[in-house]
Amino acid sequence: MYKTYKDLPAEPVAFQSTEDVMTGNWRSIRPVLDENKCIRCYMCWKFCPDMSMVVEKEGDYPRIDLDHCKGCGICSNECPRGAIRMEREIL
Amino acid sequence: MIDMMNANYAAAHAARLARVDVAAVYPITPQTSISEKLAEMVQKGEMDAKFMMMESEHSAMSALIGASYVGARTFTATSSHGLALMHEMLMWAVGARRPIVMPVAARTIGGPWNIWGEHQDVITERDTGWLQIFCENNQEVLDTVLMAYRVAEDPEVMLPIMVIEDGFILSHTVDIVDVPEQEKVDRFLPPFTPEYPVDVNRPMRHGGLVMPDWWTEFRHRIYQSQEVARAKLLEAEKAFEEIFGRSYGGMMEYYRCDDADAILVVAGSAAGTAKEVADRFREEGKKVGVAKLRVFRPFPAAEVRRLGDMSSTIGVFDRSYTFGDGGAMFNEVRSALQPGDSVLKDYVGGLGGRDVTVKNMEWIFDDLLRISAAGKADRTVEWIGLKDGTGRW
Repeated sequence: MYKTYKDLPAEPVAFQSTEDVMTGNWRSIRPVLDENKCIRCYMCWKFCPDMSMVVEKEGDYPRIDLDHCKGCGICSNECPRGAIRMEREIL
Repeated sequence: MIDMMNANYAAAHAARLARVDVAAVYPITPQTSISEKLAEMVQKGEMDAKFMMMESEHSAMSALIGASYVGARTFTATSSHGLALMHEMLMWAVGARRPIVMPVAARTIGGPWNIWGEHQDVITERDTGWLQIFCENNQEVLDTVLMAYRVAEDPEVMLPIMVIEDGFILSHTVDIVDVPEQEKVDRFLPPFTPEYPVDVNRPMRHGGLVMPDWWTEFRHRIYQSQEVARAKLLEAEKAFEEIFGRSYGGMMEYYRCDDADAILVVAGSAAGTAKEVADRFREEGKKVGVAKLRVFRPFPAAEVRRLGDMSSTIGVFDRSYTFGDGGAMFNEVRSALQPGDSVLKDYVGGLGGRDVTVKNMEWIFDDLLRISAAGKADRTVEWIGLKDGTGRW
C-alpha cells in the first residue's frame, strides 16, 4: 500500500480493511468440517474469534474462510458433535 | 488575576484554562492535590470536562490515549511509582502520537519508602519519547502547561509532554501566581483538531500491527518530531510572551553566564537557589553563572555546546542518580560538549527531599572556582552533603 516514507500517514493509522490482511498463512493446523456430523448449531460461528466461520444464510453448513483462519482450533474445541477436526497443514 | 497558590493548583488552573476535555487520574503524593482541584472545578461547573477516577495510573494513561483518539484534549498528573506504573503506556502514547500533557510532581521511587522530591522518577522516563520540561517556580508550571498543549498538538509534533514540578518544593509551596484571563488563553491556544480522529464515517484502524517493513520509519518520525519540537517550543514561548509578557529563556536559560569562570547547569527549583547564590558571588566579584536546563527532552545539545564557549569549567547538578558513570544530566551535558572544551564535574544532591540550600550552592560554586583555577577536577562525581564523616561536608 505504501511505497516510500512520504506515503505514510503522520500517525500509525490504517485505512485498509483487516480483510485485506491474509492471516491464513499463519496457520499450522486447519479445521475440516464433517457435514455428516454437523447439526448446524453454529456454535463454531459464534466462537470463531476471526469471523472465519461463514454462514451465508440460516440452514447452510458453515463455510471455513481459510484466507483468514489462523488455525486456533476454538471451533473444533467448541463443536458439541465433534464435527470439526484439526488437520496438519502440509507444506 | 494575581493569586497565591502552590504549583499543583497552578497546574490544575492551567488545565481549566486550556479547556481540557478529559482528565483521567489516580492519586499519588505529591501530585494528589492536582486531581483534587480538578475534581472540585469540574464539580462546581467551572470546568467543562469529563473527570475519570481510574483504578491505576496505567489505566489513566490508557484512558487518555483512547480519549485523545476521539479528539479530546487530555490531561493527567502523577508522581513516582505512579509514573513508573504508567511506563508501558507512556511508550504507547508516544507511538500512538497522542498529545497528552501531564504535570509530574517529581519524587523518589522506592524502596525504601520516601515520598519526597527528587528527579529520579522523570529521569527514568527520559527515553520514552515524551518531551520533558523542568519548571523553576509555580508560575512557570502554569505557563508551561499552556505552552505544552500548543506544542504537543502541533501537527508536526504530535507528542506528549511532561511538565515537571519539584515534589513538595513546588507542589506544596504557596507562591504568587498570575492566573491569566480565559480570553487571553483562548487567543494563545487554538482548539485541538487532530488529523485522524475516530469517526464512524471515516473507518480506520489505530494501534494495529506495524511490521518490520515500516516500524523503522514510524520510529524515525518520532525522532523527527522531537527535532521539530525544538523550534516549536521557541515559537510557542515567543507567542506566549507577546500575549502574557512572560518568558523562560527557551530550551536553556543563561543566567549571568557572560565571562563566567564557572557555570552550573541546574534543572528545576534548585535553579532559583543557584541564581540567588550566583548574584551574591557576582557582588563579591566572583564570576559564576547558572545555565537553567529547562527542556530536557528534546535535549538542548546546541545550547549546551554554547556553554563550552562561555566557560572552561562547567558543573552539573543532578537531583537523581543513574547508576552508571555519573548522573543523567551530567552525562548528557558531557556528551553534548566537544572533547576538551571544558572541565566538568557532577554534583549529586537534593535526593529524597533533602533541601538544596544556599550553603550547598555556595560550596558548589566555590568548588567550581577552585577547579577553574586548577584547570582540572579533583573527582568526576561529588555527592553533596554526604554524611561520610570525612569533614568534607
